[in-house]
Amino acid sequence: MAEYQNLFTDVQPVGPVHDGIALPRGDWKRSGKPFLVHLFGRLGNAQVGPVYLGGLGVASICFGALAFNIMGMNMLASVDWNLLQFVRQLFWLALEPPAPAFGLNIAPLAQGGWWNIAGLFLTISLILWWVRTYRRARQLGLGTHVAWAFAAAIWLYLVCGFFRPVLMGSWSESVPFGIFPHLDWTAAISLRYGNLFYNPFHALSIVFLYGSVLLFAMHGATILAVGRYGGEREIEQIIDRGTASERAGLFWRWTMGFNATMESVHRWAWWFAVLCPLVGGVGILLTGTVVDNWYLWSVKHHVVPGYPAILPVGIDPTLLIGAKP
Amino acid sequence: MSSTMKLIQVLRAAGTAAVCAAVLSGCERPPIEVVQTGYRGTAMQQIYNPRQLATQVAVNTAPVALEAASDDGPRAKDVYQNVKVLGNLSVGAFTRHMLSITQWVSPEAGCTYCHNAQNFADDGKYTKVVARRMIQMTQNVNGNWQSHVGKTGVTCYTCHRGNPVPAQYWYAPTPSKYTGGSLADKSGQNQPMKTVGYSSLPYDPFTPYLLNNQQILVNGNNALAMTGDKANRSSVKQAEHTYGLMMHMSSSLGVNCTYCHNTENWQSWARPQRGKAHYGIQMARQTNTEYMVSLTDVFPANRKGPEGDVAKVNCATCHQGAYKPLYGAQMAKDYPELLSLAPVAMTGMLPAPVAETMRSVLYFDVASPLLKADQQAGLAQVIASLAAAPASKAIISGYYSASGTLEQNQDLAKQRAAMVRDALVAGGIDANRAVLEKPQAVEADVAGEDAKARRVEVTVK
Repeated sequence: MAEYQNLFTDVQPVGPVHDGIALPRGDWKRSGKPFLVHLFGRLGNAQVGPVYLGGLGVASICFGALAFNIMGMNMLASVDWNLLQFVRQLFWLALEPPAPAFGLNIAPLAQGGWWNIAGLFLTISLILWWVRTYRRARQLGLGTHVAWAFAAAIWLYLVCGFFRPVLMGSWSESVPFGIFPHLDWTAAISLRYGNLFYNPFHALSIVFLYGSVLLFAMHGATILAVGRYGGEREIEQIIDRGTASERAGLFWRWTMGFNATMESVHRWAWWFAVLCPLVGGVGILLTGTVVDNWYLWSVKHHVVPGYPAILPVGIDPTLLIGAKP
Repeated sequence: MSSTMKLIQVLRAAGTAAVCAAVLSGCERPPIEVVQTGYRGTAMQQIYNPRQLATQVAVNTAPVALEAASDDGPRAKDVYQNVKVLGNLSVGAFTRHMLSITQWVSPEAGCTYCHNAQNFADDGKYTKVVARRMIQMTQNVNGNWQSHVGKTGVTCYTCHRGNPVPAQYWYAPTPSKYTGGSLADKSGQNQPMKTVGYSSLPYDPFTPYLLNNQQILVNGNNALAMTGDKANRSSVKQAEHTYGLMMHMSSSLGVNCTYCHNTENWQSWARPQRGKAHYGIQMARQTNTEYMVSLTDVFPANRKGPEGDVAKVNCATCHQGAYKPLYGAQMAKDYPELLSLAPVAMTGMLPAPVAETMRSVLYFDVASPLLKADQQAGLAQVIASLAAAPASKAIISGYYSASGTLEQNQDLAKQRAAMVRDALVAGGIDANRAVLEKPQAVEADVAGEDAKARRVEVTVK
């Protein structure tokens, strides 16, 4: 049993593979014969498949693949169809939204039109996948918590790529599809709108982001630590609190005077994770539409202090000689 | 424990070490020096790697100036032929200057890099024509852009550093081969380029800002988004272009953003360096438009870029990694002939005056309130119109260019307008009929020293 206390999974129980519960009439058949992969078992469950594809899943994958290929082909064209350059520059390449001059019109394909099409297909794909997660959860008799958490992420995606550009009257305000380019967009929108760090919704979003990390670390560590008392059987412990829960709770009450319960810690984690994109999306939606300069806004409303200029303003730098100013 | 397990553990440790080494190889080793430049806790600081700085200081050292020559004796223009710039120097000072240029620009090829050894007056070599224009450029920078170069000024060496072609310059980029098809090109960004620090920002920030006059400023001064005239319509894409230029400036000067900017509040001008940089951008733009581009036909094809444009300057051309070129060495003071545009060079370069019946435009030399005789001729028709209609008035407005300080410029514009009024009075017009308007800046986006900006307009109303 001692192996369970390791940070990495060293033992994996292996049983007969199974298909899962029977699906109701009208649903697709699950595809693929289930099999075991030892390495997967080190990370999670060793059994792979069967997968439930379903009409929604197939449609979502089709639209997603179309969007992915539109982006990829445009990137490949931008390096003059040179595969070597495509691989070398992959992190830099992008499918850019149209220039500001086009406003909300559909630009010619080469000047951002493809971006609109790829964005539309990706959005359709995401929404179909969302419906799929909702339907699969209902089918298994689960709550729809996963679907709503996913919806929070889709909200942020739509704010950045659809709601805000529409309110601003220009697709160009939107995010390019590309690895470094979307990061540069992030930096540029912050610079343009007076430093996003002074956007209180951005600040809240960061709180929930880092908070999620902290909660995840605390919770994961606690459960691993009480693994020797069966603490990993969290669902049973919610209903029938055993020594694992007692000791875990005691530990946190000793160290910080307060503890979450086996049940509530998951609410904490869910809300932190969901609120991160939710409030972040609100912050982005207000940027440029309502607030033009977050620094000035924050100083005006006393969210932050205006720091004094510590050095006298107006030093003539031409009087300075030497390697350091 | 089995030997296989041990082997796995050894491999794991070796793998971890290799990954750590790979990650850290991109870093500079400590210690790093930090100089605080603002309020505590606001990250207003400059960061220096003392080892890199040591190499930088070594390559950014100014050469010793040649011993000053006597100003006595005949002038160079009277002794030598075809001397169009620096002709007012004594022969000794002129020779000293030529020797210095050789040392600064072509220490290996010597005089013949520019001169025909058989006939030094010959303009056959393009390098000589370019060098002449570059001397005027240097004089222009020192004389008209003290807002950027201060009293330190520049010499040929500031950019050349012993190279016939300065190490840092830029050409217009080559467009993508498939541009114009139905698939997207890179729209000038998303390519690892040194100019923008290998980011995916637009990699040619020079054409829009250092050649053309696109707006760099994207921040506004209102907290809330405004409408109509007060709206700040700069887009995120514009911000990316500006960011690209800033990456270039940062790497050219070897400084981080906080050298010029308060990073909480980007649009603040609290850091005086930002003002300097502001003039520097205008100076680079004028240098490109008035000096480099004007030499397009002079340069041979092998000195031009893939698009057939001349090499142009950016911040790195002078700065070369130092926050001040040559770390602020006072080099130009030993070469007073480079400190201002020689008046000789400017004569004849003024545009012809506009002489219409109801309107006249007269142009002035740099920093001069004097109305030249050939410009004064532009007033004749206006004087005739004023004489014909005794109730009419002459509205006189002085304009000034964007270079130099505001007070000086406004003062100069007033003096010039007064000179024109005096000229009208001298032409027989009653002083009461000559109305002086407030000095006016030319359109804010006219960069620096523009011959057409230094003017007085007279309108009959």
